Amino acid sequence: MDFEDTPQEAAFRAEVRSWIDANAPKHLEDQLKRANFGDIGITSEDPIAACKSWQKKKADAGWACLHWPKEYGGGNRTPMERVIWNQEEGLFRALGGLFTIGQGMCGPTVMAWADEEAKRRLLPPLSSGEEVWCQLFSEPASGSDLAGLRTRAVKAEDGSGDWIINGQKIWTSGAQNSDWGLLITRTDADVPKHKGLTMFYLSMHTPGVEVRPIKQANGQSSFNEVYFTDVRIPDAQRLGAVGQGWEVSLTTLMNERLSIGSGMSTGFPSLLSLCMDVEIDGKPAVQDSNVRSKLAQFAVREMGLKYTGMRAITALSKGETPGPENSIGKLVAGATMQDLAMFALDLQGQSGVIWEKDGPSDGRFQAILMRSPATRIEGGSDEILRNIIGERVLGLPGDIRVDKTVAFKDIPTSGRKH
Amino acid sequence: MNLDFSDEQKALKDQVRRFLEDRGGVAQMRAVLTSDASYDKDLYKGLAELGVLGAAIPEEFGGVGLSHLDLCVVAEELGRVIAPVPVASSIYLVAEALLQAGSQAQKQAWLPRLAAGEAIGAFALNEGEGRMGPEKVRASVSGGKLTGTKSPVADGDCADVAVVAAKSDSGKVSLYVVDLNGPGVERRTLNSIDPSRGQAALTFTNAPAELLGGEGDGWHIATQVMDRAAILIAYEQLGGADRALEMARDYALERMAFGRQIGSFQAIKHMLADMYVSATLARSNCYYGAWALASGASELPVAAATARVSASQAFQHCSKNNIQVHGGMGFTFEYDCHLFYRRANALALALGSVSTWEDLLVDRMTAGNAAAAA
Ligand SMILES: Cc1cc2nc3c(=O)[nH]c(=O)nc-3n(C[C@H](O)[C@H](O)[C@H](O)COP(=O)(O)OP(=O)(O)OC[C@H]3O[C@@H](n4cnc5c(N)ncnc54)[C@H](O)[C@@H]3O)c2cc1C
Ligand SMILES: Cc1cc2nc3c(=O)[nH]c(=O)nc-3n(C[C@H](O)[C@H](O)[C@H](O)COP(=O)(O)OP(=O)(O)OC[C@H]3O[C@@H](n4cnc5c(N)ncnc54)[C@H](O)[C@@H]3O)c2cc1C
Repeated sequence: MDFEDTPQEAAFRAEVRSWIDANAPKHLEDQLKRANFGDIGITSEDPIAACKSWQKKKADAGWACLHWPKEYGGGNRTPMERVIWNQEEGLFRALGGLFTIGQGMCGPTVMAWADEEAKRRLLPPLSSGEEVWCQLFSEPASGSDLAGLRTRAVKAEDGSGDWIINGQKIWTSGAQNSDWGLLITRTDADVPKHKGLTMFYLSMHTPGVEVRPIKQANGQSSFNEVYFTDVRIPDAQRLGAVGQGWEVSLTTLMNERLSIGSGMSTGFPSLLSLCMDVEIDGKPAVQDSNVRSKLAQFAVREMGLKYTGMRAITALSKGETPGPENSIGKLVAGATMQDLAMFALDLQGQSGVIWEKDGPSDGRFQAILMRSPATRIEGGSDEILRNIIGERVLGLPGDIRVDKTVAFKDIPTSGRKH
Repeated sequence: MNLDFSDEQKALKDQVRRFLEDRGGVAQMRAVLTSDASYDKDLYKGLAELGVLGAAIPEEFGGVGLSHLDLCVVAEELGRVIAPVPVASSIYLVAEALLQAGSQAQKQAWLPRLAAGEAIGAFALNEGEGRMGPEKVRASVSGGKLTGTKSPVADGDCADVAVVAAKSDSGKVSLYVVDLNGPGVERRTLNSIDPSRGQAALTFTNAPAELLGGEGDGWHIATQVMDRAAILIAYEQLGGADRALEMARDYALERMAFGRQIGSFQAIKHMLADMYVSATLARSNCYYGAWALASGASELPVAAATARVSASQAFQHCSKNNIQVHGGMGFTFEYDCHLFYRRANALALALGSVSTWEDLLVDRMTAGNAAAAA
């Protein structure tokens, strides 16, 4: 056992380090250091432009989407090289957040299901950040139960082969900044719900697409409602066969769990510093036995996540696929962050109520408090993740389903009037 | 980056698993629990012959001269069948104490016999209720003779040699090697929540005692030894946690209620998922511990406390919910659930309680932070 690079890995790391050192937007470093959960913290310039500029620079030098093939704008590197890049990119990695959904989920779906021409058209600008993508899956009546979605796609009556889309998506992160969307629709309501779905991609600038930002509980607006009114999509923008949309969506969802769950941290180092700074009865909080016990509990979770990640990296380094243990990442991180934030506020005492960038601890714990509830919901809720661990990892039987063999149009839903 | 065991170590793990299963697996623990025996002598002898007791003891002292990583995989397998043998006391603690602090003569005298399973060691630190610390050591040595009572001492009922913490002539806490078959030693077997691992009170009255390591270094050496043992015991806990989870999973698949497998109820499914999460975090933390133990990294104290806290909790969590999943059956003596529950709760106290180790973990992390800041 060791934490050392192989000679090849070390050489690659050195190359990456010197390139990043020479090219990273160092003028943003101080702001990025004070970034909070859900807030990249850049105010000196347009944050979107800053993200795009760093991404383009990386792409031009061959450092974007490292594990993708060259012909699609990637770096043709091994998964292990990608891990090394991510480690070395450090603070500047936050500038890639704008592209996570596109590169982490939509890209792999396009790669797996689109024809060659479409891949060569769509993937390079996705890699370089010149075109941003969003994921148009969830709807008001279908989140966890994605296959219950109701946005309709019907063949145009003019014989063009085009599809006409009507309906509504919701919780679409980044839709307001996106050029393209990956859209799942219902094309047949007379068959059971999983069978009548079809996947498309479309330009977000298509007539009839309307994006309305939603104000979130934490005050920001990163997700949106997206309305479709008689939106026309050419049949060439279909991914997979008509009725095969569920299968296509699984490519996206599998990648979603990987990219949301990997390398999550819980904010523990900040909590530890806080415990050394704030006082209880005139002594640093870290000397209080109740505080110590809680700190230890958070520490073993943080380190458990860290070393679970390193076990995955070990597998990659050996050219193997990481095991199922990685499915715990988001489940543990989400709940831990939330508990940790509440504990930190408690230690801050009455000042814990203050949420200011120049206030106590830069408002860091308040930002975690207010953003972490979403971590427990997005990309598979805690309950759905427990089902997945129970069923896929431990082999337990699935839930009994009342809707599996029924035609979609006959399934009762909360939003539908009978 | 390589946070994994080697193929040879994985092969050793398989070999030890087969050996333990061939001998009846958990049934060996039940047999000791329900008899007057303090441990399974045949099994212990078998482990010695297999070379696993001496795995991390150098060849010059009768060991096999493998590494502590090999001992970790052995420990995990012993934990899976909650083996009724004094390996933790004899090997993880006493042999380690001798290796860390013993003179050449002390090593020669005891290590070959410990590795061969011919002698059993016990680590006698604790005195009475409450958290143990150097200030609570009352036992004392005067003119090479030990007087005092150590209780409870794991495997003290069957041990031949003990490493004992006592005050020296000048009142400093030091460690001593005491031959338990010599004069001035009285043993009283104590009942415990896990009778498959004996507990005893050892009373010494002018028992001959030989200094181990420097005078006044006792607590320091004991801490180092316990850090190392904590990682090995964490592997036993990990093995037990995994097995308890598997038992619960198997039962959840087999047991029908309300016309369906109970594993299809989310209350049970989510309970099992949470057990998997605990066991997975513990496993990753144990790997960190194993790395630190084998490489002698300066992070060893942090890694040991992390593995210890994480694995103690995982085993307690998995073993208690294993009973829960089994319903009324889980509360019978006949089912094995309580055997794991007993061992989990006993191991959580070996080497000091979980709260003690939480405290140690924070001490060590903050010391690390202060050092990094300086
Ligand atoms: C910040 C954020 C960003 C998001 N970004 C996107 C995006 O970019 N694109 C996109 O398509 N979607 C996005 N989502 C939507 C997200 O995928 C859904 O919110 C999520 O799948 C849950 O669906 P829901 O909100 O409809 O809740 P519901 O599915 O209605 O769930 C409500 C509650 O019921 C529980 N529940 C539901 N089904 C079960 C079950 N079978 N067993 C047990 N419990 C169950 C859930 O766990 C939850 O606690 C985002 C969400 C958030 C919060
Ligand atoms: C000390 C003791 C004394 C008892 N005394 C009596 C007595 O005097 N008289 C008597 O008649 N009985 C008695 N019982 C039996 C007791 O009522 C049953 O053990 C209990 O009802 C559970 O049933 P079970 O053991 O068959 O477990 P199961 O029903 O098989 O349950 C196994 C596991 O599945 C879970 N489970 C089962 N169904 C569901 C569900 N629908 N949703 C979620 N989880 C579920 C359970 O919670 C449990 O964790 C006693 C039991 C004990 C332990």
